[in-house]
Amino acid sequence: MSRIERRFAYCRERGRKALIPYITGGDPQPAVTVPLMQVLVEAGADIIEVGIPFSDPMADGRIIQAACERALAHRVNIRRVLEMVGEFRAGDAHTPVVLMGYLNPIEQMGYGVFAREAAAAGVDGVLCVDLPPEESQDLVQALQASGLDPIWLIAPTTRVERIERICQAARGFIYYVSLKGVTGADSLDVDDVAAHVARIRAVTQLPVGVGFGIRDAAAAARIAAVADAVVVGSAIVARIEAHQNEPRALYGTVRELLGAMRRAMDTSVTETA
Amino acid sequence: MSDKVPIEYREFPDAGGHFGCYGGQFVPELLMAPLEELTQAYARYRDDPRFLEELDADLAHYVGRPSPLYYARGWSQRLGGARIYLKREDLNHTGAHKINNTMGQALLAARMGKTRIVAETGAGQHGVATATVAARMGLECVIYMGAADVQRQSVNVYRMRLLGAKVVAVEAGTRTLKDALNEAFRDWAANVDDTFYIIGTVAGPHPYPALVRDFQAVIGRETRAQILEREGRLPDALIACVGGGSNAMGLFYPFLDDAAVRLYGVEAGGEGLDSGRHAAPLAAGRPGVLHGNRTYLMQDADGQILATHSISAGLDYPGVGPEHAWLKDNGRAQYVAATDREAIAAFHTLTRTEGIMPALESAHALAYAELLSREIGPAGIIVVNLSGRGDKDINTVAALQGMEL
Repeated sequence: MSRIERRFAYCRERGRKALIPYITGGDPQPAVTVPLMQVLVEAGADIIEVGIPFSDPMADGRIIQAACERALAHRVNIRRVLEMVGEFRAGDAHTPVVLMGYLNPIEQMGYGVFAREAAAAGVDGVLCVDLPPEESQDLVQALQASGLDPIWLIAPTTRVERIERICQAARGFIYYVSLKGVTGADSLDVDDVAAHVARIRAVTQLPVGVGFGIRDAAAAARIAAVADAVVVGSAIVARIEAHQNEPRALYGTVRELLGAMRRAMDTSVTETA
Repeated sequence: MSDKVPIEYREFPDAGGHFGCYGGQFVPELLMAPLEELTQAYARYRDDPRFLEELDADLAHYVGRPSPLYYARGWSQRLGGARIYLKREDLNHTGAHKINNTMGQALLAARMGKTRIVAETGAGQHGVATATVAARMGLECVIYMGAADVQRQSVNVYRMRLLGAKVVAVEAGTRTLKDALNEAFRDWAANVDDTFYIIGTVAGPHPYPALVRDFQAVIGRETRAQILEREGRLPDALIACVGGGSNAMGLFYPFLDDAAVRLYGVEAGGEGLDSGRHAAPLAAGRPGVLHGNRTYLMQDADGQILATHSISAGLDYPGVGPEHAWLKDNGRAQYVAATDREAIAAFHTLTRTEGIMPALESAHALAYAELLSREIGPAGIIVVNLSGRGDKDINTVAALQGMEL
């Protein structure tokens, strides 16, 4: 059983929905990332997504692009991100870490080298945003050879045959993108999300996480009621941006946001149970 | 190539959009459905007689095709080498080859029931060509342009606004063409239901490289017929500048099976390939994935995309169409670079000897033609794609001479 599977099993046993925060590795500076990951765990994170900075993140909005630019200004590359994960893993053997990024930096490092070094650092899964299953065979082989879970996105526009295909290739969990648009977008229709999550659950046993547009505790609670996991990215990164020059305040405000989401999600689950 | 099985160029790309290991569809999941919708629509209309009739009529009466194939006698004789013909895409409506493609894609958008157009632009030529067809067809139009380019190309920004387009200055990244593409993709992802993305070059995810090539291939088809009529034989060489590579691909495509016709793509050498300040991914980059396709890129060791430099804003792009990447690797086409200095010199030479002011993009092709014409000699024939006119560049040229207009 992978670390991700164990975490979802643990959540299921306790009637708990998983909370998955995203941060960009090395944002706003490399020294912040490991302590920030520890803060996320203390505030109630079940899985942590760490972004590999890329110069041209076309699936992300302004907030995460700016985070990439802050990290790149410190010349943060994949190996630097893996060092951060390794340092985090030395103090936390249980919290799964998923790397999220774009294909080109991974391809330049080499699929096999990337997969082996990521696994050695304690990474559990990899989500490559601009790699559809049609193009993914070589990377998926490399990931699985190193025991890493390939994580896939499903969008509101994904038709059912593709949902089936993606779910067959996926391990760990499915990440449903709840909005048309990019990360950091507005507006969230919970009924619509529930309908799409049901479509995915009809074809897979994998847990379904929902991300895009979840900005506060109330939204997290509403999504938790219809999904297995809640993914929060831009709302956290916006707070990092606002406090980029004051690490202490940065940790405090992220802890506050994620903690509020955790409590709201747990309350909501109790109420609906 | 004689010891290998001949390549059936017409059979590429494959169903997944691949030219060998290049091309493909590397996009976020959200865009896979609209790309499939576009692929199906294009497959339906590309051979539809009524669609082609409408497109041909627009190309004839609105764009002004066929464009002339002009024998540059004075310039050829001055160089003392091959007979050089210029394919006069600069005489098209809006002053460049870009409108061949925007006309085709806008007609496709209308057939698909889309009411809103988005596009990226660097120098503003593709933006103007898009805003033009959108105005004519009554489509809402949003153009994304890097903030640095908005400042450098204020006249084209104003032209687009006069045409009714909204021009959005993109502040992210290097604030140039590549960032405008990112932003246009984001807009498309957020508005897939009513929006059509008109990509301006033979790059991006499948089906764009094939679709844009096919709309631009009118350049090569006309050239072929025109040179056969004038000279009774095919040319020895074709030369075109390559940024994303749409004018080059449009010229080359109908000649791919004519092995005796040498194909030369000329990239922007900027301040020289050794300086690192250039925009020549085929000459000095390596393969990677950006903007939906695998191709040659300007990138650092970590796979981050590099800022590019060229005197010509239209060539200032770190990637290149995947079909060019493939033609480079299989040897069918050669890719070379001309520096800023060489392009500017060719700009002045053509202006003075022929009374034709070329776009700085096209001037890169002209610069290489000067070298090649001497190598090929007076018995030879060369066709250079004069992809656009130079009026838009006179501020740049004047500034190099220490003048402000």
